[in-house]
Parts: sequence; structure tokens; C-alpha cells
Amino acid sequence: MRRVRVRVVDQHSVARNVCRLWIEAESPVSWTPGQFFHIRVGEGTEHVLRRPISLCEAADDRRFALVYRVIGAGTRWLADRRPGEPLDVLGPLGKGFPLHSGDRRALLVGGGVGVPPLVQLARELRRQGTAVISVVGFREAADVMLVEELAARGQVRVVTEDGSAGTRGRVTDALTNDVVDGADRFYACGPTPMLRALQERLGRRMPGYVSLEERMGCGIGVCMGCAHLCRTPDGGTAYRRVCTDGPVFPVEEVVFS
Amino acid sequence: MKDADPRSKGKGQELHHDAPVVDLSAEVAGIRLKNPVMPASGCFSYGREMARWYDLSRLGAIVVKGTTLEAMPGNPPPRVAETPAGMLNAIGLQNPGVDRVIAEELPALRPYGVPVIVNVAGSTVEEYVEVARRLAASPDVAALELNISCPNVRCGGMHFGTDPAMAAEVTSAVKAVSRHPVFVKLSPNVTDVVALARAVERAGADGLSMINTLVGMRIDPERRRPVLANGFGGLSGPAVKPVALRMVYEVSQAVRLPVIGMGGIAGGEDAVEFLMAGASAVAVGTANFMNPTACVDIIEELTDWCRRHGVRAVRELIGAAWRAK
Repeated sequence: MRRVRVRVVDQHSVARNVCRLWIEAESPVSWTPGQFFHIRVGEGTEHVLRRPISLCEAADDRRFALVYRVIGAGTRWLADRRPGEPLDVLGPLGKGFPLHSGDRRALLVGGGVGVPPLVQLARELRRQGTAVISVVGFREAADVMLVEELAARGQVRVVTEDGSAGTRGRVTDALTNDVVDGADRFYACGPTPMLRALQERLGRRMPGYVSLEERMGCGIGVCMGCAHLCRTPDGGTAYRRVCTDGPVFPVEEVVFS
Repeated sequence: MKDADPRSKGKGQELHHDAPVVDLSAEVAGIRLKNPVMPASGCFSYGREMARWYDLSRLGAIVVKGTTLEAMPGNPPPRVAETPAGMLNAIGLQNPGVDRVIAEELPALRPYGVPVIVNVAGSTVEEYVEVARRLAASPDVAALELNISCPNVRCGGMHFGTDPAMAAEVTSAVKAVSRHPVFVKLSPNVTDVVALARAVERAGADGLSMINTLVGMRIDPERRRPVLANGFGGLSGPAVKPVALRMVYEVSQAVRLPVIGMGGIAGGEDAVEFLMAGASAVAVGTANFMNPTACVDIIEELTDWCRRHGVRAVRELIGAAWRAK
């Protein structure tokens, strides 16, 4: 485990208040889709907590695209970084999406800034011969992103809450039988209400994984800040760490309160 | 005392053979430390994860997470929130309980050969005493740190830490069953921290750790609700450093007990300031989240600072800023 010296290679907006940051690590690192980078933001000690941002694309073992929403002073600082500038990055950290080589078809479900980690996942699934169908939801047309990247690896259905792009509704409305039937497994990342609905709708029909988000402290498993309630093998519940036990968990283990 | 252990020297030191050797050794309550830097409780879990980032044997001591008699589930999320130059936490003392800590966590730290200080939390005097009694039988404990200042659980100890009589009661009760030195971790959420320090000194404490976090909160204006599920949390990080320094400065002159100083230490010079304020050793908390190698970086920076300033032994710095000097 180590800090990685990285440089900004490129940064552009991909949707309203969402940036795609390409970074290049000084030396190769191993990664899996669904892992995240923990990025120091700001100067000095103004921001004491790093920002966890999931891996969206990996060009190889050194060049990664991270897609994130600009929501506050820390991410605004990050959005101002220009090519050539260094970044203080930990990672990739956490447990990513497990791949099952026997799967014939996988269903990917993403909501908002939960969509980015599905891009590299779709590539890895295709690489092992698993067909991919993606259902991605956004608030409105200005928020829609990464559809082309996903479309390069399989069928994509887009839904928006106001119908300004794709079909009107929520991702769960787009989970019609023709999409769900035949899928061996689902993978999901997005807001908690979406994940909770997927647990109910898909949890009994097929195995699946969900990637969770919680406010994070250390990112390396020591502070217990990013706890999420999970089921334990003995039938009870316990708080587990999104940063090191996750962020990806088998859907049946997660408790959505 | 000559420093016999080459591992205690900063990595950079080996590069400059002509650089003067700085004696980093420290002593708190009879425990000899190869350097005065240790992680603060709760910012290091039980060490396993940090061992993936650096060799824990480089630390002066290891202070493990707040440990209670029974396992504690912790608070619902969100548990952490950033603040200007700091953060709030309301973890809620999530820990596996003292028996599992003794059986599974502490033995894993043996190979590092570093003194282990166990932070003890509870909600009743009896609970503190029972945890201390069980830890007294462990061969892996160098000292206890009584957490009478956790702001994040109901009856989580802070009521002991804000009342001198109760602080004294729990201190003497634990001293009666413990065979280890007992540090008392003081709360800054009091009007007169010196009164608390004097009360636990009279009750037999062997040292003080200070400060714990300051109670604070953040509000999400969009949701019109506190950001933390717990409502309030403990403020830590560079933002609290001036408060911590002032308290260490006041208390270390008012009592004879050694003080482990903490509160916003993020660099070697911060550690120097705490030593000058009267701390005999320092603990690094929130900075571990900024940077996993913060503790060992601070050891190196402290060494460099001493070398640049002609300081041969860090203990020369202790209390250097006191008025009497």
C-alpha cells in the first residue's frame, strides 16, 4: 500500500458540474473496476479529509479516468487542476466488483455519479465474454454522461426523471422483463433509494453487487468513519467499512435503513 | 541515554553521515519510548491496517482504539464531516470488546516491540474497572489511557471527564486494579481543565493525555438538519491546535504528571510546539487521515528540526515555552 505520485493528464467537463480527470501514475499500479482513489485536495491543512473518487476508466496500469461531481470547495479545487500538475493520491483502494467468468449476461444499473465505475466494469465484463446491458438514470438531460462509453460495450437504456433525455422515470421503471430476463448477475452503483429498490426488485431474482457511498474519513480502514450497516453470517447486523470492506458488497449483505 | 536502536533514526538521517545525531528518546510515566511520537487513539484502529503503510516499530508507542467491556456497534452514519482545517467525528466507540482485543488485536502488535497503550472507555465506574482488570492480565499492554472524554456516545465517559469528583473516582478505581501506568485523557469541553488535571493527579493518575476532541456540529442547509446522524461530534485537526496547546501549557505547569500532548499535530514543528508547551510526548490523530504515513513523517521532521536548531535531545524542548524559563 502506498501513496502514488500522479500527474494530471487531462480534465474536462462531461456533464453539468461533473468532471472527467485523467491522471497518470509514475509507476504501474494494480486495480479492479469499482475501486477508488483517495485524493488530497487544497493547499496546506485547509482540507483534512481526502476525496474518494471511483475509477471510471483504466487505459492501462498507469492512466486512469476519474469522474466526479463538483459539490464543494474541495472538488472545486480539484476541478481547477490542469495538465502537468501533481496530485497526492492513495490507491486504488477498497474492494471492487468481482467478475464471474461463467456469466453469459450481466445487468449494470447506475444512477447519477454512480454511473462512472460501471464503465470500466463493462469493459472487463466484455473482455471475459460476458454480454452487458446497462440501465442508467439521471435527473435531466444536462446530467446525462458516459452513455457512449457504455454503448461501446453493450446495449444502454437511459432514463431521466423529467424525460428530457431517454425514457422518463427512474431506473427501476426501465427494468422490464426483456432487460432483466437472462441476466446472470447485476452490478449497481448510485443513490441509496435506488440501491434499496434494486435490492427489492432484483435481489431475489439474481445475485448482485452494489457499490456503496458514505462520508469517508481515512479511506484505509482505521477511522471507522464510513460505516454502513450490513448483515452478519450469524443473522445479526454490524457496521462495516465502505473504504476497506467495500465499497462493493454482495447485495444480500447490505441493510438499507 | 544513548539511542541504541538504529530504527529510531529518521530515514533521512542515514543519508547525512556528518549530521549530528539527535537523541529522540522520551519517557512518560516510567515507559521509555525511542521517540516521542505515537498515533492518537481512534486514528489508528488496532494497527493492522497501518502496518501495510510503514513499519510500526518506528513509532514511539502505539495507542489503540477506545475499548469497552462489550462490543460496541458504533453510531449510524454519517459519522464524519469535514470542517475548516479540521473534521467532526461521531464514530461511537465501535470496537469488538475487550476480550477480543486482548485475544486477537494486541498479540498482533507484539512483533513491533513498541509499547502499546490501550484506550479504555466505559459508561460506569464498574465497566472501566472491569476492562482495566482484564487488561491487567494481558502481557501486551504497556499502559492504559482512560477515555473519560468521548463526546459521542451516551454515557460515553464525558460526564466523568467534566466533573472533577467523578474523574477522580474512576481514576482511583482503575488504579486499584491496574498493574500498568494509567493515563487519563482529558476533555477540553470544560471551564477549568486544570481543576480536572489536579483531581486525577490526586486520585493517582500516572500521566495525562490531552486533549480529546471539542464538541461541535455542522448543519446541512439544504436538508435543514445536522450533517452527522449523531447531531454533535468531536472536532479535531489543525483547527483545534491553539486550544490544545493552551491547555497543555496550563496543565503541564500546574501538575507534576507527564503529559502526552495532542490536538491538530500535522507536522514536525507542531510536535515541537507541543513539547515546548510542556508535553513529554505527542500523539498524532487527524493527520493520519490526511496522510497514512503522518506519524513517521513527523518523526523525521522533528529530527530535522532539532538538527537545524542545534537541539541534541528532544527532551530539552519539554516546557521550553514556560513562563518561568
